[in-house]
Amino acid sequence: MDLRFTPEEEAFREEVRAFLRDKLPRRLSDKVRHDHTLSKADMEEWHAILNARGWLANHWPVEHGGPGWSVVQRAIFEEEAARAHAPRVIPFGVSMLAPVLIKYGTEEQKSRILPRILDGSDWWCQGYSEPGSGSDLASLKTSAVRDGDHYIVNGQKTWTTLGQYADWIFCLVRTDPKAKAQEGISFLLIDMKSPGVEVRPIVLLDGDAEVNEVFFTDVRVPVGNLVGEENKGWTYAKYLLTYERTNIAGVGASAAAFDRLKALANTLTRGGRPLADDPLFAARMARVEIELANMTTTNLRVVAAAAGGGAPGAESSMLKIKGTEIRQAITALFRRAYGPYAQPFIPEAFEEGYNGEPVGPEDAGAAAPSYFNNRKLSIFGGSNEVQRNIISKMIVGL
Amino acid sequence: MDFHHYDDRQMLADTLRRYLAAEAPVEARNRVAYGDTGYSPAVWAGLGELGIAGALFGEDAGGFGGSGFDIMVVFEELGRALAVEPFLGTLMAGRALAIAAPEHAALAEIVAGTSIIAFAHQEPQDRAAGDPLATRATKVEGGWSLDGAKAVVAQAEAAALLLVSAETEDGRSLFLVPAGAKGLTIRGYANVDGGRSAEVTLRGVVVADRVAADGAAAIAEAEAAGLLALSAEGLGAMEVAKEATIEYLRTRKQFGVPIGKFQALQHRIATVLMEVEQARSAVINAADAFDNKSGTARDRILSAAKHTIGAIGQLVAEEAIQMHGGIGMTWELPLSHYAKRITMIDQQLGDQDQHLQRFIALGRS
Repeated sequence: MDLRFTPEEEAFREEVRAFLRDKLPRRLSDKVRHDHTLSKADMEEWHAILNARGWLANHWPVEHGGPGWSVVQRAIFEEEAARAHAPRVIPFGVSMLAPVLIKYGTEEQKSRILPRILDGSDWWCQGYSEPGSGSDLASLKTSAVRDGDHYIVNGQKTWTTLGQYADWIFCLVRTDPKAKAQEGISFLLIDMKSPGVEVRPIVLLDGDAEVNEVFFTDVRVPVGNLVGEENKGWTYAKYLLTYERTNIAGVGASAAAFDRLKALANTLTRGGRPLADDPLFAARMARVEIELANMTTTNLRVVAAAAGGGAPGAESSMLKIKGTEIRQAITALFRRAYGPYAQPFIPEAFEEGYNGEPVGPEDAGAAAPSYFNNRKLSIFGGSNEVQRNIISKMIVGL
Repeated sequence: MDFHHYDDRQMLADTLRRYLAAEAPVEARNRVAYGDTGYSPAVWAGLGELGIAGALFGEDAGGFGGSGFDIMVVFEELGRALAVEPFLGTLMAGRALAIAAPEHAALAEIVAGTSIIAFAHQEPQDRAAGDPLATRATKVEGGWSLDGAKAVVAQAEAAALLLVSAETEDGRSLFLVPAGAKGLTIRGYANVDGGRSAEVTLRGVVVADRVAADGAAAIAEAEAAGLLALSAEGLGAMEVAKEATIEYLRTRKQFGVPIGKFQALQHRIATVLMEVEQARSAVINAADAFDNKSGTARDRILSAAKHTIGAIGQLVAEEAIQMHGGIGMTWELPLSHYAKRITMIDQQLGDQDQHLQRFIALGRS
């Protein structure tokens, strides 16, 4: 048993830190640190910086433009990037579509699509959920009917994150309505500029519109945009869902947020003393700190097992549940910390260049919206209840 | 980064597991744990021959282990078997003695597992850390005279020696008191989770020498080792309770199906599985800190572990009984004894709240 990283891994960590110090624009890390809204241009800027270094698609095979990192190196990078308040890499093209294409796509699809993900030519979004198909994804109804060299797509997708920016959407569509639910699904790539595609924003409880509904009305999609075999899409979808799980716990992001919370609790006051000295608040913080320290080791145990060739099974579900619970607990503590100043809601203040008079302590206004927004963590990517089903099925086996 | 135990250590764990499975299966364990002696002298002797006590001490103390991960594997196995043999006293008093009086003749027998020692430090009245103990020692002709009381001293009746803490004008000193000393009363009793402890009273007990004038560092070492050991023991017991509950969900049928088919229970067991992994990480962190950190940094991580084991232990014990239903309430089912032991670990050396407070306080200093 040895919890230390190797000297090579520590050297790599230094390399990552130096890169973040030199290349991560302060303007971007400030926005992340203060929970401000990142624009499309901000996200693209960070992707371009990573891509210039060859680090954007850090889990891709080298022949497709990956850096050839080990699982441990990837975990180190994710942790350091989060701790430096780097914007997250938008996962839809890089982490979701690409692994499916690399495993199941044609050579033509790989050479056409992968370089455009790397250089930012194409922004991808994910077309999985439908109004009637959330946790029960296999019940999806969006249909694709073959018509010569095309599929004709009709239906509706929802919760499409950042779909308003997307050039392309990868979709699960039903190609065989008579087959068993999981067996009639195909994996289709659709150009968002096609006639018949319409994107409508969904305003969330924090006032933000990061998700959308996407409607398809008689959209013609060339059959060359089918990934893999027709009616085998469910296999690819499941592969996508289990692929990139080393960062699912979000340990780095939680650690960075907790450090900010701790600093904040020393500056805010409650009952005439530092909030950090309030025994009940201190106890809430300490519980989260301990859970996070345990989680950090749990995550490394899974990373080490993956590095040794172990396939993540129930572990990724555990990391997802526990990681999101911790992250949500931290956002709840930020909200609590500001007391009454969590209530004023001035969304313009989260935008770049806002010059208005601040209300309350710095960042107070972002705490409640961020808390509400992050309720999503235990819902998306397979709700935490679905994750519990998975854990139980894998381990109890019933 | 490597989360496997090194070969020697894994071999020690395997040997210990096999021995306890063969010589102290839970029925046999229960007979002695709730019997007159509260432990099995035969099992204790057998474990001594296997060198289990020696694994808890470094070479400078005459042992062949002594690292945090050695303590972890030994106590995890003891926890898996619900062993009641007096290893906690051996570890705590032995580690204290190894620091305070490494040359003391008693140490070799403790490390060899041939002599039982009890750690008599805790008192009936819990005090703030640093406040003086009620037990006092004064210089008299021919040595020191001790007066006071020590609370819930594990396996004190079985011990040949007690390592006793007492306030003196020089600070918190340590004394070795032989079992038959004049003025020493040991009122033994059974514990709810098996094994025996005792209230120890000292009335003018005279001992010739003092082991340490200032025993603070030795006591801190004993407590650190004790926290790690109890945390690992709790983890081992939780693993068994978890495995038993999984098996029960697979085999117990109600409404015509195994009860593990019911989502209400699936979600409960999933939470238990997840939290036991968190508990294991906490013990790993504690063992690592025991070896590689010191002072406040080490103690803070040990408190994090003891808090974690207390909180998760309560969850695991309560959920295991609940998911077993009525049968989980019976004396006959081994699970119930695991639930009791897991729960009682939270009562020893400070509970989850005390260690949360200590974690906070150490973070400020």
